[in-house]
Amino acid sequence: MTAMDAARPPRTRRLHPLPVRILHWINAATMIVMILSGFGIYNDEAILDWVFFPHWLLLGSWAAEHLLWHLAGMWLLVLNGAAYLAYGLISGRFRERFLPISAREVLATVRDTLRLRLSHQDITVYNAVQKLLYIGVILAIIVQVATGLAIWKPVQLAWLTALFGGFQGARLAHFIGMACIVGFLLVHVALALLVPRTILAMVLGGPRIPPQPAE
Amino acid sequence: MNKPLLPSRFRPALRPDPGLLEEHAPALRAAERRMLLRGSLSLGALAMLGGCSTSDSAGIQAALRAVSRFNDRVQAWLFDPNRLAPTYPESMVLKPPRFNAFYDVDEVVPVEAASWRLELSGRVAERQAWDLPRIMALPESEIIIRHICVEGWDYIGQWSGVPLRLFLERVGADTRARYVAFRCADGYWGSIDMATALHPQTLLATKYARQPMADPFGFPLRLRTATKLGFKNPKWITSIEVTNTDPGGFWEDRGFNWFSGL
Repeated sequence: MTAMDAARPPRTRRLHPLPVRILHWINAATMIVMILSGFGIYNDEAILDWVFFPHWLLLGSWAAEHLLWHLAGMWLLVLNGAAYLAYGLISGRFRERFLPISAREVLATVRDTLRLRLSHQDITVYNAVQKLLYIGVILAIIVQVATGLAIWKPVQLAWLTALFGGFQGARLAHFIGMACIVGFLLVHVALALLVPRTILAMVLGGPRIPPQPAE
Repeated sequence: MNKPLLPSRFRPALRPDPGLLEEHAPALRAAERRMLLRGSLSLGALAMLGGCSTSDSAGIQAALRAVSRFNDRVQAWLFDPNRLAPTYPESMVLKPPRFNAFYDVDEVVPVEAASWRLELSGRVAERQAWDLPRIMALPESEIIIRHICVEGWDYIGQWSGVPLRLFLERVGADTRARYVAFRCADGYWGSIDMATALHPQTLLATKYARQPMADPFGFPLRLRTATKLGFKNPKWITSIEVTNTDPGGFWEDRGFNWFSGL
């Protein structure tokens, strides 16, 4: 064994381990199913009378199909989402990638972004705004599942529906949740397209990084 | 045990022996399980494609409907027969209620009270048709509940009539049967599970806001259950059947979820 071999870190790992990549892309497809079928359900009883979604964008050709898609997609969303949360919490990935996060750091990142001085050299470390957005969208999807259940079961889960201010309150919260998730999606996809290496990393695993420090 | 049935243009004159179904129930259940497994697999594969408008394919339709039948079972399991839906003060009642059917309100054909009869079939002891005075003489309950349409709108309504449980017991219905099916004067039909039929907030309503129900809302007799979406509440009911054979429904057969519990 040479000295050089000994100096090399014992094991490296990919930025995005395989389970994360699989869960990410299943989630991406599921979110598109939920959003585009949800648009169709929304159109049949609009909350804002000036907001309608164009027919070509919808998943399913009429109400029954929008609902079939939405209430099938919910299983994928919940099962895949639960696996993602379990993996992120147990493997320590959430803590490693999203923490620590400070208000000062967030402000500094926003300032750098506005001055176009944000660095994309290192994609293995998330900046404070990225951390905030990823935590935010995970929480938004969890709340979205809760408001969805409140709309689906306003009698069996009456307490949950009451928590969101009743049936129409839950519908409004579900709509706002959708808007937050779609807003995230637009920023997320736009930035990924600006730095295509990040998309490649979510497919192939990305650069090798040092092993997680031992506890 | 094929009982004679009342004539109906929605029912074939000759029906297969229901015993046939029971005989093959295990095989059917196994096939259904396989369908669900295959359905969820193809759904997963399809989801990878993203938002393509591919719902037209027969395979996808079958997969989506298989998941919908699975959702029926999940909802039946979630349904708590002792849980009451929230009720509301009389001041919140919408008068008149909101009309909805598979046609416009000006196309409603009123039902003649004098000639109207409620026919019974299937697993019930008493087959004699009921007329309106006899129905009105039954003990009455009142509920003020939220009507929720599958489209997303809702209103508070005040309904009175005989609890369906009481009526079923009165006519000697087999309350261990799986379904209660309804046929309506306008050609609509639908069905609910027995657990919902026996729920205390499931009425055969004859009145709205303590007044005889107006024609557009189902005079003389409609179903009003607090634990299901609006379309599960047939109006202008002309016949009730208690059965173990899945009767489907007007919207359900077109793809809306059958259980549709709240």
